[in-house]
Amino acid sequence: MVAQTDPAMVADVVRQVVSTLQGDLTPADLKLFHEIEELSQYIARARREIAELRTEEIRAHHIPAATDELDAIVAATEEATGSILDSAERIEEVATSLDGPNEQALSEAVTRIYEACNFQDITGQRISKVVKTLKHIELKVDNLVQAFGGYAAAQETIRRPGPLSDDDLLNGPALPAEACKQDEIDALLASFD
Amino acid sequence: MPVDRNMNILIVDDYKTMLRIVRNLLKQLGFDNVDEATDGSAALQKLREKPYQLVISDWNMEPMTGLQLLKEVRADTKLKETPFIMITAESKTENVIEAKKAGVSNYIVKPFNADTLKAKLNSVLGAF
Repeated sequence: MVAQTDPAMVADVVRQVVSTLQGDLTPADLKLFHEIEELSQYIARARREIAELRTEEIRAHHIPAATDELDAIVAATEEATGSILDSAERIEEVATSLDGPNEQALSEAVTRIYEACNFQDITGQRISKVVKTLKHIELKVDNLVQAFGGYAAAQETIRRPGPLSDDDLLNGPALPAEACKQDEIDALLASFD
Repeated sequence: MPVDRNMNILIVDDYKTMLRIVRNLLKQLGFDNVDEATDGSAALQKLREKPYQLVISDWNMEPMTGLQLLKEVRADTKLKETPFIMITAESKTENVIEAKKAGVSNYIVKPFNADTLKAKLNSVLGAF
């Protein structure tokens, strides 16, 4: 198991060591101390930048929301493909009641529809890959934050949320479970009257 | 020998849309006796319950993949001669080689069209 060390503590120790160094220092020593001091500044800067990234929000909200959206795309395309196939199968049934070239033409058109519906499987698999990548990023963000003192440290400099901006309000289509139904919206509007 | 259009075919895929597409394309080619399974282990169970003359399987499924199913089929003395076509989005050379080494009869890359399916059936079952 790797021991967790508070980077701020490391930076302080380095600073104290450098400040207490006196006497004859060789150029090599000075260069080394300079490098150590730069390292401590780098650690402090990295902590600040991680805090500004709102890493807890990335882990707790952005990545799960993105994966939910992608899952919703898969479900919606699957449902749409199902409806297309329903219609294609119905056309195929009707085609059997026709004669000669008309039946042939409809049958060929239906075949093209079946072929085109292949996309749903491919889309689903591609999106699954993206979801896996997002989960990998989530893990890496988590590891990075832990390496720099954990979420509590990162939260220290996070601003308090202000009023909602236009950007905050523009979220695109909601997921089915979160979306308001039209009658709920109508009722909400009516409640203002 | 002419191909028996009444043969039992098992199609295996975890996407119900793909099962439906393959079933419909097979129906257009005159094959009506088509059963479905959604992963390798369910397919293996069906293969041991009823004789099938052809398996058409996806690769990427859980818990048992199409490749594992193929290996199980080839290792089973009663099933090992069953023609096995893989239909998959896995299109890298190493995938095809691995499937071939495991004894796949033919290999179709998704997305595919009806002509490709017919050509592969011809290749595996004989001209029809």
